Amino acid sequence: MSTELERNQQEIGVEVTEDELEALIGDRALRRDDHLNAPGFVIRPDDVQDVLFDLRDEAGFDHLSCLTAQQYEDRYESIYHMKKYADPTQEVSIVVPTSVDNPVSQSAEPVFRTADWHEREAFDLVGIDYEGHPDPRRILLPETWQGHPLSKDYDQEQPQVVTLAEHANPIQPDHHDEESDTMFLNIGPHHPATHGVLHVKTVLDGETVVDIDPDIGYLHRCEEQMCQQGTYRHQIMPYPDRWDYVSAGLLNEWAYARTAEDLADIEVPEYAQIIRTMGAELCRIASHFLALGTFCLDVYGDFNAVFQYSFRDREVVQDILEDLTGQRLMFNYFRLGGVAWDLPEPRDEFIEKTRDFLDELPAKISEYNDLVTGNEIFQVRCNNTGVLDPDLAKSYGCTGPVARASGIDYDLRRDDPYGYYENLEWDVITRQGCDNYARVLCRMEEVEESAKIIEQCLDLLEDWPEDDREIQANVPRTLKPDPDTEIYRAVEGAKGELGIYIRSDGTDKPARFKIRSPCFHNLSSLGEISEGDFIPDLIASLGSLDIVLGEVDR
Amino acid sequence: MSSDKPRQEIYDSTAPSTDTREARMGAGPDDRFNSKLREAFGASPFILTKFDQFMNWVRGNSMFMLQFGIACCSIEMIHTYAIKHDLDRFGAGVPRASPRQADVMIVPGTIVSKFGPRMKRVYDQMPEPKFVVGMGSCTISGGPFQEGYNVVKGAEEIIPVDIHVPGCPPRPEALIYGVAKLQERIRNGETSPVVVKPYELEQFGDLPKDELIQKLADDIDEEDLVMRYNWADSP
Ligand code: SF4
Repeated sequence: MSTELERNQQEIGVEVTEDELEALIGDRALRRDDHLNAPGFVIRPDDVQDVLFDLRDEAGFDHLSCLTAQQYEDRYESIYHMKKYADPTQEVSIVVPTSVDNPVSQSAEPVFRTADWHEREAFDLVGIDYEGHPDPRRILLPETWQGHPLSKDYDQEQPQVVTLAEHANPIQPDHHDEESDTMFLNIGPHHPATHGVLHVKTVLDGETVVDIDPDIGYLHRCEEQMCQQGTYRHQIMPYPDRWDYVSAGLLNEWAYARTAEDLADIEVPEYAQIIRTMGAELCRIASHFLALGTFCLDVYGDFNAVFQYSFRDREVVQDILEDLTGQRLMFNYFRLGGVAWDLPEPRDEFIEKTRDFLDELPAKISEYNDLVTGNEIFQVRCNNTGVLDPDLAKSYGCTGPVARASGIDYDLRRDDPYGYYENLEWDVITRQGCDNYARVLCRMEEVEESAKIIEQCLDLLEDWPEDDREIQANVPRTLKPDPDTEIYRAVEGAKGELGIYIRSDGTDKPARFKIRSPCFHNLSSLGEISEGDFIPDLIASLGSLDIVLGEVDR
Repeated sequence: MSSDKPRQEIYDSTAPSTDTREARMGAGPDDRFNSKLREAFGASPFILTKFDQFMNWVRGNSMFMLQFGIACCSIEMIHTYAIKHDLDRFGAGVPRASPRQADVMIVPGTIVSKFGPRMKRVYDQMPEPKFVVGMGSCTISGGPFQEGYNVVKGAEEIIPVDIHVPGCPPRPEALIYGVAKLQERIRNGETSPVVVKPYELEQFGDLPKDELIQKLADDIDEEDLVMRYNWADSP
């Protein structure tokens, strides 16, 4: 039984060549539209499901990484960026043009569940209609919004009206009969357990969750518009810090740096890559600490001990990062082609300080294990709640610790290497539990792996010859990538695959800048994992998905 | 030890002392009345004024914050509450999850169109007297997102703000300073005046019937509360 499964998986992992792809898509492909990262095929709007089914089932492209929607002068376009969980370097883009007068395209929702939210977003911001979509509503902007802000003829000055839909009694009776007695409950947008401004519309039957509908967009800050208004060289870099703002700044900046560097063909010096790798892993540690602390907040109660412990440790990491970058939270430290400056002087002191932190880490981790994961009550709370099946996880496009805790061995640092990760010794953590407990453990073990990486980076940095410390490549002051180049690149952020799509039009600003946010996908699986659980488990599941609303809403 | 004998100190037992007040205080001036309290109040003869001042002083030193996270600034706000910075040292309380128990609202982040009405509602739910600290550039002007199509250009468009803490994000030290300044203001009995703001919650039926309103008339009830954003008039 398992051998067949393995064989299947191996086959799927096997490289599919471009010729095979061409043959598979056949004459459904109208023409080619290659992107820098992947071969692209243009297809008709009513072939979407057909082609995606074939790609998924025949060629093994089981990961709909992103959907980019955009408007040109003469057409709308939806681009499905497909990858494989087994090997994310194999990519293909499916480009679906639709006319300006009648922008209707077939929905991909039956193939990938994650297309549900993506297409809602594309409708909301750009204005493409998806035929056959089960729930064609706006997702980020209020229902009453006029116009589609990323379309060409949008007038930003027009007034808007936003409702405050109110429930006179927020615990409204919904439905009564002999068997069940459901009620509707609003959780959020101002609620301590939603980690920001998330609104979860919940229907309860007794204490059991029967239906939930996450309502997002309370922090939709037009990040994509902001990036489209900024110049490549300097003006975009500060924004990634603010997507996943839980100290994961450097990881996000790397997503932009990687994409733009590949787009403009910039080589980053090795020394800078090591500093980047070290900084990024420090950020990952800080971010996972916060995830742990807030998860315990959700599970244990109000501002409790574990929370304070994790913030104590975050302070240490933030101090180190402040020494390195000059800021505690919004680092703005990466530059295209390198980093802003070298390690702070005196170097020894900085390296010493970081080493001290790493030396103390094992003791702290065992402290956390005593406090949290070893706690029986905690285990009872988290084991077997919020179960996310691996196949579902793939269909929802989950990545990062959420996917790895469901046994999906997927980590872009290893599978699609960038930076200096290839040359270092570390492991990808996966766990088979699929539940809240597995997700917590997975993050804690990742902290240890990150520590290993930092340790090795420090060794390298310490011995690096003084006359070879090149921190930035030579990058032109104004960067103008060739017109009509398109690229989609991703890095492993703290929460998962953080991808960016850029289309250049020959000017010094991107014509389209699309962010693929891991939290957006992870959150979309919330309904699936918590329906049928008790309401406190819903809160725990939400905490264990570790979402950051800044990144969900962008 | 039996408790029927007068004692000078209380050890071991919490039974009330039976000493008279004079005996306990001993001879000499009663310096309780030259206390800190007295210094704080001065020698104003009007009892009402004194009571007001007393209340303000109390208020400033015992503030309950609203647990209210919006965006990036809330991470620094949590750090301000947590270990190391520990805002509680300044009598500015542990955060309360319910607006009905809170005196101060720290607005930590970007306010977007969808959240505006909700923030106003949360603010309205707080009991008087209430105070607002705007944290970060976003609550001053919209900050880095000022040009966004969906971003409210500062918290002051919706609610009155007493203290603005600039920064993106402000360091915890800066936020503590802002809270200390707020305490100072409260002690002096100052608050920001409550005036009509550019964006208020109104009943849909009360809005002037222009093109947009007529278009939405089918979707929204006359009685529903709405917030109307006139982006063109925003700063
Ligand atoms: S001021 Fe800066 S840090 Fe604070 S919420 Fe706004 S963007 Fe985030």
